[in-house]
Amino acid sequence: MNHLGFKIGKMKIGSFDFTCCEGCQLQLANKESTLPAFLGLLDIRNFREISSERHDDYDIALVEGSITRSDEIERLKAIRAQASVLVAFGSCACFGGVNSLKNKIPAEEAIKGVYGDKKIETMPSTKISDIVSVDFMVPGCPVSKEEVERIVVGVVTRSLNNLPKYPVCVDCKQRLNTCLFDLGEVCLGPVTRAGCDAVCPSGKTPCLGCRGPADDINFPSFLQLVKEKGLSQDEMREKLTFYNGFADYLDHES
Amino acid sequence: MIYKVISKTEFRKFINAIVKHNNAYGPRKVDTGSGGKPIYQFKPVKSADEIDFDYTVTYSSAKHFFLPFRDELSRFNFEDGNWEQEVRYEAPPTILIGLRPCDISAINMLDEVMLHSPYPSPYYLARRKNTFIIGMDHLPLPDCFCKSMNRHTVNHGFNLFCSDIGDKYYLSINSSKAYSFLKEFMIEEPSYEDNCQLIERRKTIKHSFETNIEVTGLPVFLDIEFDSPIWQKWGDKCLSCGSCAMVCPTCYCYSVEERFDVDLKGSSRQNHLYSCNLVDFAQVAGGHNFRPRNGDRLKYRYYHHYRGFAANDNQQICVGCNRCGRACLADINPKDVINDLRLERESCMICVSPSPDRT
Repeated sequence: MNHLGFKIGKMKIGSFDFTCCEGCQLQLANKESTLPAFLGLLDIRNFREISSERHDDYDIALVEGSITRSDEIERLKAIRAQASVLVAFGSCACFGGVNSLKNKIPAEEAIKGVYGDKKIETMPSTKISDIVSVDFMVPGCPVSKEEVERIVVGVVTRSLNNLPKYPVCVDCKQRLNTCLFDLGEVCLGPVTRAGCDAVCPSGKTPCLGCRGPADDINFPSFLQLVKEKGLSQDEMREKLTFYNGFADYLDHES
Repeated sequence: MIYKVISKTEFRKFINAIVKHNNAYGPRKVDTGSGGKPIYQFKPVKSADEIDFDYTVTYSSAKHFFLPFRDELSRFNFEDGNWEQEVRYEAPPTILIGLRPCDISAINMLDEVMLHSPYPSPYYLARRKNTFIIGMDHLPLPDCFCKSMNRHTVNHGFNLFCSDIGDKYYLSINSSKAYSFLKEFMIEEPSYEDNCQLIERRKTIKHSFETNIEVTGLPVFLDIEFDSPIWQKWGDKCLSCGSCAMVCPTCYCYSVEERFDVDLKGSSRQNHLYSCNLVDFAQVAGGHNFRPRNGDRLKYRYYHHYRGFAANDNQQICVGCNRCGRACLADINPKDVINDLRLERESCMICVSPSPDRT
């Protein structure tokens, strides 16, 4: 294929899941209106949600899920060795995700709660960038298919690829939503990276920060805001730790 | 301008007739805030019953009817190694009901920027020409400061303006289109009493303002205060979330993006309303950011609103609606920022000793 003088090849892609729900990978097979065109950009070498064929000659690896077992570390390192571009795909891979909630309680307690007396090997949930170098992050729980389309098209056409650097409030105001702080809720919109089209606040559900912090957020001012509005500090902390996206800010604070 | 009066019942009939088969928007209550205050937005309406004629103020302005938050400027189609550009300026006829004088003044200012500049915007012109504006006066909220900006009244930029004089509206008819619609309804010449009531109404509005900002000479103050520590003080509070610019009736800064279709057969060039408070507003190719600090970005927003336009165009671009102040979660508003600035300057002019430290 030739496009504006550029030779355009298909992206040789592999998609892999670790500790996760595979919901982000499933997003890739969603949005039927553009699905054939989207798949037309990809040469799927390894992707169990879409194809039963398995090949190991992919260039781009999408990695979903966090790391919670030692065998996952080895598998991830092997994927890194093969892929020229490794993408952390979804909030679990980017930040540790919902799985990180178990890091707050003793491992034995977590195992017993889920598996009873069965012996299970598990470690604290970590983001994949703690193990291997990551070239690009696509956060979200789940990822937004539109954003993924934009990124894939950007890679294929060699054009600029950026996530929004600003917070969710921009998207939210553009949808003429009522600010959830005005309704007495703690919403992470002012500190969370935009690009989701404010889908949760538009449904009157406060933002839980699945896309992690926006660039250069004003965390102290956000803490002050929740305090001054007289809203629950516990609720705020619970939300900030939900996807583990704000770990750096919370560590710094304590 | 033609002046008439219309009973409120007849006015509803008129509204019903024009909104029924048109693309119409009016103020509607969308929520009740935690303090019990109703929250309004301009929303689609199909009958007079859906409109809250006695609303206070909408949370967001009417700007996006003329400058959509995201707007396709052109489409490109690629075929056989070649490309074609398609540009459309079409705008469906739209009726906006219930705009306040400050909202209409804001649109008049946008006219200056979008139509009377060296590069007029055909996109804006199409929407502006095809929009029928019905203004309505109101008693100011405690934090409205449009009178300080001299924007509490407006005499152009609308098709029809309604002043509430009790059982009737006093109509200022400013277009032949509005008059030809209205003459199908029971409108009357204003009586002596109607005229008196209009004057009373205006007086009441004028004397109801609780918030005043001294803006005379502000451009000079701003020049002097370029390096003031006040900017960093307010900048430290700023969340850089862009809410102020999104709800503002005159903020028009934008970015342009190119988006390919997923099938690579076409692309779209889009205009996206942006804000100078956002972290990468002044970031350029190569990664350098001319305004990496919150305080600098906040300062330039104030400079644009209160200095740049006053110096270049003899008017400040703020209309005093305080939507930015209401939307700001960090409690930053023009009144407090400008007063802070003046306080610092005026205190240092009258003190023989150096200004006391600000804590």
